[in-house]
Amino acid sequence: MTAHLPALQVVIPLLAAPLCVLLRSRTIAWLLFLAAAVAALVCASVLAWQVADGEVIHYAMGGWEPPAGIEYVIDRANVPVLILVAAIGVAAAVYCRASIAAEIEASRIPLFYACLCLNLTGLLGITATGDAFNAFVFLEITSLSSYALVAMGRRRRALLAAFQYLIVGTIGATFVLIGIGLAYAVTGTLNMADLAQRLPDIYGNRALGAAVIFVFVGLAIKMALFPLHGWLPGAYAESPSAVSVFLSATNTKVAIYLLLRFAFGVFGAALVFGRMPITEVGLVLACLAMLVASAVACFQSDFKYLLAWSSIAQVGYIVAGFSLATSDGVTAAYLHVINHAVIKGALFAAAGIVVLRLGAARLSDMAGMGRTMPWTFAAIVLAGLGLVGVPPTAGFVSKWVLAEALIADGRWAVLAVLLVSSLLSLVYVGRVIEAGWFRRHSESVAVERPPLTMSAAMWALVLVSLVFGLVPEWPLSLAEGASSVLVGVAK
Amino acid sequence: MTINPALLLIAGALPIPLLRGRLRAVWMMLLAPAALAALWTLPEGVHGSFEILGLQLETLRVDALARIFATAFLAAALISMVYALHLRDALQQTVIPIYASSAVGGALAGDLITLFVFWELAGLSSVFLIWAQRTERAYRAGMRYLVAQVASGLLMLGGIVLHVNAGGGLEFGFIGASSAGGLLILLAVGIKCAFPILHAWLTDTYPEATIVGTVALSAFTTKFAVYVLARGFPGTGELVWVGVVMACFPIFYAVIENDLRRVLAYSMINQLGFMVAAVGVGGTLGVNGAAAHAFADILFKGLLFMSMGAVLLRTGTAKGSELGGLYKSMPQTMVLCVIGAASISAFPLFSGFATKSIIMEAVAEEHRTIVWLLLLFASAGVFHHAGIKIPFFSFFAHDRGHRVAEAPLNMRVAMGLAAAGSILIGVAPNLLYGLLPYEMDYSAYTTSHVINQVQLLLLASMAFTVLMRTGLYPPELPSVNLDADVIYRRLLPRLWRTSVTGLTRLRDATAPLHARAGRLTSSSTRPLQTASWTTDVMVLWVALLLALFLLISLL
Repeated sequence: MTAHLPALQVVIPLLAAPLCVLLRSRTIAWLLFLAAAVAALVCASVLAWQVADGEVIHYAMGGWEPPAGIEYVIDRANVPVLILVAAIGVAAAVYCRASIAAEIEASRIPLFYACLCLNLTGLLGITATGDAFNAFVFLEITSLSSYALVAMGRRRRALLAAFQYLIVGTIGATFVLIGIGLAYAVTGTLNMADLAQRLPDIYGNRALGAAVIFVFVGLAIKMALFPLHGWLPGAYAESPSAVSVFLSATNTKVAIYLLLRFAFGVFGAALVFGRMPITEVGLVLACLAMLVASAVACFQSDFKYLLAWSSIAQVGYIVAGFSLATSDGVTAAYLHVINHAVIKGALFAAAGIVVLRLGAARLSDMAGMGRTMPWTFAAIVLAGLGLVGVPPTAGFVSKWVLAEALIADGRWAVLAVLLVSSLLSLVYVGRVIEAGWFRRHSESVAVERPPLTMSAAMWALVLVSLVFGLVPEWPLSLAEGASSVLVGVAK
Repeated sequence: MTINPALLLIAGALPIPLLRGRLRAVWMMLLAPAALAALWTLPEGVHGSFEILGLQLETLRVDALARIFATAFLAAALISMVYALHLRDALQQTVIPIYASSAVGGALAGDLITLFVFWELAGLSSVFLIWAQRTERAYRAGMRYLVAQVASGLLMLGGIVLHVNAGGGLEFGFIGASSAGGLLILLAVGIKCAFPILHAWLTDTYPEATIVGTVALSAFTTKFAVYVLARGFPGTGELVWVGVVMACFPIFYAVIENDLRRVLAYSMINQLGFMVAAVGVGGTLGVNGAAAHAFADILFKGLLFMSMGAVLLRTGTAKGSELGGLYKSMPQTMVLCVIGAASISAFPLFSGFATKSIIMEAVAEEHRTIVWLLLLFASAGVFHHAGIKIPFFSFFAHDRGHRVAEAPLNMRVAMGLAAAGSILIGVAPNLLYGLLPYEMDYSAYTTSHVINQVQLLLLASMAFTVLMRTGLYPPELPSVNLDADVIYRRLLPRLWRTSVTGLTRLRDATAPLHARAGRLTSSSTRPLQTASWTTDVMVLWVALLLALFLLISLL
């Protein structure tokens, strides 16, 4: 049984999806998604335990031996992402029942859960697979289900956001496919390990260089790297609350993982960071993202848009980390992937509660609501401090590690940008806190208590972010393990 | 088979709420003697050591210094439990032995972790003696008390962590104030020992406790702190001056204070000053003096608090301005109170004389003339505010017409025990000297000591008489005196309020500016605010980036 865990964690959500549609019951569909997420989390945890000592699990899908067959590879580089995706999936599952019931018409809810299951399948599949083309397939599964999920948003603007996401996302996926195709053309294999073995012989090849660039740009779209971020604010802010929680915490993060896997595990750091100018381009784009997106976030009047723009800035931190291509930098990137996912998930969960109770998440509507909804706004303050990186929160830990990596590499300009961006994040988080706690509401509004499940999911994420700040050993060891595998493979 | 007297006390305290009437009284009276027997059957050395989480704990260390403090604490436990017998309040009767056990356990602790546990327990258990008053005022005082105690505990914990990290080891021996960890621990002790400025919690909250509670409070927390000082910081030069300041400044407050229990709280800081100065001097005489004076102080300060408690119980007030002439109704209490007053004033043949003279001798041997003179001044001051003022204003002075019953029997017994102890130490000081941590060749009753002290007392009483006759003595007025507690009771709240109102005003004043800035930004930053690109712009960027990328890397 445990031998099949790498496949099971992907297959269970995949099977849950058609069941959701066929059974047509809202409760059963929800239970299926919850069960799928919990099962995935259990699988990921067991796998994490199995590979903790550096072992690598190879699983040949359907008994077809690689490199011809599809292979799943579980090592310390992908278990952190697997756990993250599955855990956020569980939190989103707890969160979404009450939230979705209020936002989506009843007849569409089973379809909604089917899409969520498919999305989870895709994310876990991208992370677990050791086959380049299989990764593309799962990327498409994720993307298509995301488009559908975003389109279910409560406002008509969600349709526009989904359409934009669809166009840009499809271009990104196509680029990835072109890149993989080029690599296949020059090597004749799609297995990642096999590719990694054959590629160093043909490093001068132009087609290979083009492959790297197509994959990089394609995934840069998927992870909303500035200036390819255009789809993200609309997609995150207009989608249903539960979807914002899930997408914001997982989608860009898995794209980042895939890029790291391609860069270090397929093309090789010598090619990507040595012969190609990815380090420089990555750092420049990361700095732009940190500055511009943080500045734009300061001017947002809607809480969810503000959070979305902040996500773009945070992607900048992560890209800055791995662009260094040092083991410290990759550690920082991984740590920030984990911490930011938890913090942003918590904040979008809080935003969802605000939307549910106030009808909108405009900062003007939130004025003075800290007194009426103290728990929700307290969570916003705690998670917001994490976003800024105030010690002792998780955000502080990952920014600290990132700053250390930048210093070790002598990137003082990037460090300065990091500090300025942190100040800007203080401004935009400060605006939310000021609106919630220090402004007076024009008329007193009686607000019902938020549903217990939504609060529970939000507080679970907030508490995890605090624990990761106070006791950072566990996420740090995961990140270091991942970095040792990736950077170690490259060397 | 070794029994930790502290654990014995705690275990014995637990069934108290279940017992009723006479059975409870007997049980309470047996507790302290049983613990005392357990203490004195323990051979010297380390017992009860075990390892937990890689830390070597020595929960029970018996040596002369630990034993004399533990004995004093157990004696105080016995006296305060007898004093509490008349109560119909299981809460206080249960808390007193637990609180006493924390001081006993702390005195016997061989490692810093055990010390910290009892240090916290002392604070957490004793607060109930204040809350037992069961009034809003007492609740708030209890919270202030708790803040001070918990702050001290946290400082202690931080200090211990630093001390151990710096390689100081977990053993509770000499710590010294030279390292950061040692300084933090000293600060923690300073709070509980009522160092100047850190003392405010003591005079603020002790008089708010119940009648019985104040008696118990007076015995343990501060003397526990003195013990930690004597063990961890003997010979720390700065402590001499800290002690001198503690001995001198409360005199002025005590003279003008009207609440007689608060007078005693100030007088307590004054006595602690002698002990802290003695620890600062260090050496055989210094540590011996601190230990002996702590022992005597527990008895006579307890006695004075008990007599004032009896007065408060019977008349309903402990204000100097409302008392007087009680010698007619409470003659026995009066006599016992005068014994306490004589002891604290260090009359020959009373305990204070036998113990304080060791401290004066220790200072004199170091040839620290100024310190010696200041302590001499403080001794005269003690006589003024504690030796004369307390008995004079409560039992003599103007008869305010209180016609009340004598104190309850158990209270008189408790006071009698303390008075007997005080006289015993005064008459036969060698009994106490034999218990002291270091061997010393010392006699209190030399001609020079006696004459010196008698001169001091006579002149001080003459000063009091002259001042009373000429009407220059500060009259007993119902008033509130300013002390360091205004910092947290008035200044900080007021600062907070003014800063809040100031900020609000600033905000209101700049409101037009805000509005203008808002209009400005809303027009200029609209593209930033909406910032939603059309689809073709997004795709354009993708194409641009791809082209740029291909160009720079493939050309």
